[in-house]
Amino acid sequence: MRKLTGVIVLVLLFGACKTNTTKNTLPIYGQRTAVTKTVNGQQVTDTDYQTIPAFKFVNQYGDSTGSKDLEGKIYVADFFFTSCPSICPIMQRNMLNVYNEFKNTPDFKIISFTIDPKHDTVPVLKNYADKLGISGNSWWLMLGARDSVYNLAAKSYLVAVSEDSTVAGGYMHQGYFVLIDKQKRVRGSYDGTDMKQVNQLIDDIKTLQAEPAPTAQ
Amino acid sequence: MKLKVISGICFLLFVLIVSCQSDESIEFKRYYSAGAIVYQGHCQNCHGTNGEGLSALIPPLTDTAYIKENLKSLACNIKYGLKGKINIAGKSFDDAMPAEADLTPIEIAQAITYITNSFGNKQGTVTVDQVNEDLIKCGN
Ligand code: HEC
Repeated sequence: MRKLTGVIVLVLLFGACKTNTTKNTLPIYGQRTAVTKTVNGQQVTDTDYQTIPAFKFVNQYGDSTGSKDLEGKIYVADFFFTSCPSICPIMQRNMLNVYNEFKNTPDFKIISFTIDPKHDTVPVLKNYADKLGISGNSWWLMLGARDSVYNLAAKSYLVAVSEDSTVAGGYMHQGYFVLIDKQKRVRGSYDGTDMKQVNQLIDDIKTLQAEPAPTAQ
Repeated sequence: MKLKVISGICFLLFVLIVSCQSDESIEFKRYYSAGAIVYQGHCQNCHGTNGEGLSALIPPLTDTAYIKENLKSLACNIKYGLKGKINIAGKSFDDAMPAEADLTPIEIAQAITYITNSFGNKQGTVTVDQVNEDLIKCGN
């Protein structure tokens, strides 16, 4: 019997994958597992989606900030470093469009993790934020321990980053903007160097904002 | 026979028209279009598709007065990099432009011709000879 339920769940999940791509809902990325829960005395099978794990870093103001502050918020994550000579300026130019569109939206944030914690100290990040022209708390530049950040990038946000002395600037990283929903799930990944994809991201953020709140379980 | 005369006249006319386009403008076009490609590959990520720069981090290339005044130092700044405080378009910039040491003098001349005749600038051709001359000043 158990096995049968498992098979049915799998089939349903496959179906869900397909119907999820209809126009007005965004897909949910990452691994998913079926879980059986007891709700009101009844056994129901539910899907657990991969979520971004807890983290606690420091932002450009020197404040201790992390996943707690992102609970119930839609946010866009990316990885950069302030002395990056290659794709970062393009990404920042495009991210500024996202920032300007949503900077007055209380349930929205942009989280840019530095992958060069040695050089990008809090004052360096603050100076960079000032020059970029961002203020307030809707765009945080986050400084965390190297390994924690690299782990988050690779395992949770699915963005490849690495130290690489053969590339300009000394670090290799992909320029994805990753969209996270209020339940910490990955809902989209966009090439931050491509203005068209970034415009799609802006549309998708609006779609997410319009998504009904999940029913409490 | 008649056909030969007519085609001969046509050929002469053709040569005349082509040579009417002055050498200078052909040279300019070659530098400019090659320069657009150098710009896309080496400069556009930082300075932007329209030379708009990036906030107070990377200066725009639209300050025509600055470009005109600094025409002779552009080659050195591109080849060996630039840092320190500069004032452009009414804002001050104090970050570093990395050296583009791999660019050859001809590519530098093409890039300079491109930027100094785009984004509102109009300085004409900067030739490879001028670039070689300018580069002597910064210890080529
Ligand atoms: C990694 C980013 C980056 C790249 C790539 C880059 N620049 Fe710059 N550029 C800068 C910065 C930053 C400054 C300002 C330096 C300062 O403050 O002293 C600058 C300054 C300049 C200036 C003088 C100031 C102005 O805006 O008129 C020119 C001209 C210029 N760059 C042209 C180029 C050209 C041509 C290329 C390609 C061959 C290029 N740059 C590539 C970042 C870059």
